Amino acid sequence: MKKESWKELTIGTINLDAGNSVKNLTGTWRSAKRPQFIEENCIQCLFCWLYCPHFAVRVEKGEVKGINYDYCTGCGICCTECPPKDKALVMVKEEIKLVERSPK
Amino acid sequence: MKMLKTLNGNQTIAEATKQVDPDVIAAYPITPSTAIVETIAKFKADGLISGEFVCPESEHSAMSVCIGAASAGGRVMTATASQGLALMWEMLYIAAGLRLPIVAAIANRSLSAPINIHGDHSDTMGARDSGWIQIYSEGCQEAYDNFIQAFRIAEHLDVRTPVLVGLDGFIISHSMEVIQVEDDEEVKRFIGEYKPVYPALDISRKMTVGPIDFTDYYFEHKRSQIEGIENAPRVIEAVGQEFGQRFGREYGFFEEYRLDDAEICIVVMSSAAGTCKDAVDELRAEGKRIGLLKPRVFRPFPHQKIAEALKKMKAVAVLDRSSSPGAFGAPLFTEIRSALYDYSQRPKIVNYVYGLGGRDIMVEHFKEVALKLERVAETGKVEEMCGYINLRE
Repeated sequence: MKKESWKELTIGTINLDAGNSVKNLTGTWRSAKRPQFIEENCIQCLFCWLYCPHFAVRVEKGEVKGINYDYCTGCGICCTECPPKDKALVMVKEEIKLVERSPK
Repeated sequence: MKMLKTLNGNQTIAEATKQVDPDVIAAYPITPSTAIVETIAKFKADGLISGEFVCPESEHSAMSVCIGAASAGGRVMTATASQGLALMWEMLYIAAGLRLPIVAAIANRSLSAPINIHGDHSDTMGARDSGWIQIYSEGCQEAYDNFIQAFRIAEHLDVRTPVLVGLDGFIISHSMEVIQVEDDEEVKRFIGEYKPVYPALDISRKMTVGPIDFTDYYFEHKRSQIEGIENAPRVIEAVGQEFGQRFGREYGFFEEYRLDDAEICIVVMSSAAGTCKDAVDELRAEGKRIGLLKPRVFRPFPHQKIAEALKKMKAVAVLDRSSSPGAFGAPLFTEIRSALYDYSQRPKIVNYVYGLGGRDIMVEHFKEVALKLERVAETGKVEEMCGYINLRE
């Protein structure tokens, strides 16, 4: 992504490209661990979706379908908040350091 | 209607605010600027101001309201002093960084501790790196004129930088002066209609105001901000000239008083310059070749113009009404001394701190300075680089 010179920037730090944070793949910040979704344990309470600071929980038709690793920073909040005794989200060792594209 | 009025400094600011009639006024009262806020509140209650008047719980909130209102697309003003300006500190930087043309009147007052309500420049000098344009006034008329011009300067599309107008606490803020109050419509015409830039209330445009920058953008945004205040000199000059054409009182970056054939010069800002003029007149009557340079614009600092005006002097004394503990001289001195560095012909220069916490400076004090300057000019030697005036040793 080309970065503008100071002369090209909009006055007063205003950002006219609203929503451009999708270009910021915060998944690159993740290290060592990441959440793993175990669908059979999921009670569809959506707590993980509610608590995730980076909107990295994939929800389709109102149901949790997994994690979007492009944006998941591996903070582990979803695993802590997951209510069932047998959790639907558990932290596992990061096996591939590079950002993975999640299925569209 | 254009008319002469007897007003004190605070009332002149309130009067000018009434004529400009900004969209939002947000201010918290603090001595010695309280009467600005009080008078504006009265004008609002009497239906003489159409803009919103917000009275928040602190100066930090007052500047925050100004930032919000200016971001939304409004013309905005506030007034404060001393601890109030200090409490605004972090918001001052944000106002400048977001390039919001807020105008603030500051009734210059000392900073605690020890607590003191009287006039010096410690408050605004403390804000000198906040990115605000700083204009200082010698009396009530200048405070009125500067305050009106401040809107034009701040709002110019090449500048878009907040402006503060300083008037010395009590000495100007509470002293009555007969001033020329211009016609309401003439003032409105001079200011012109406000043109917001990317107002947040424009819902047809999606945008973010005040986003976070990481290491890859912060530097560029700060450089972009600096450009605004660096564009200010030509705007300040043009606005000062236009004000002169329109109202008969022209303004530049500084005032030169009997400087043409002077060999020694005193540099002093704000109300003390008036006293200094009397001292210069008396010394001139004795045949001394002395003059005064009164800076009006401190930020952006007119370094080249001041250096040009001073380079041929034999000796110059810069008088500061604030101190910069541990620095090599007080704020005005370091600027001027630095401005002269590149000139092969330059005067000997000394610095005196005066008037902290409202301590008087009288004609005889300026004469003492002149006496010391004469000695420096004669001998070419500086025995005391940085001293104090009217202080018990």
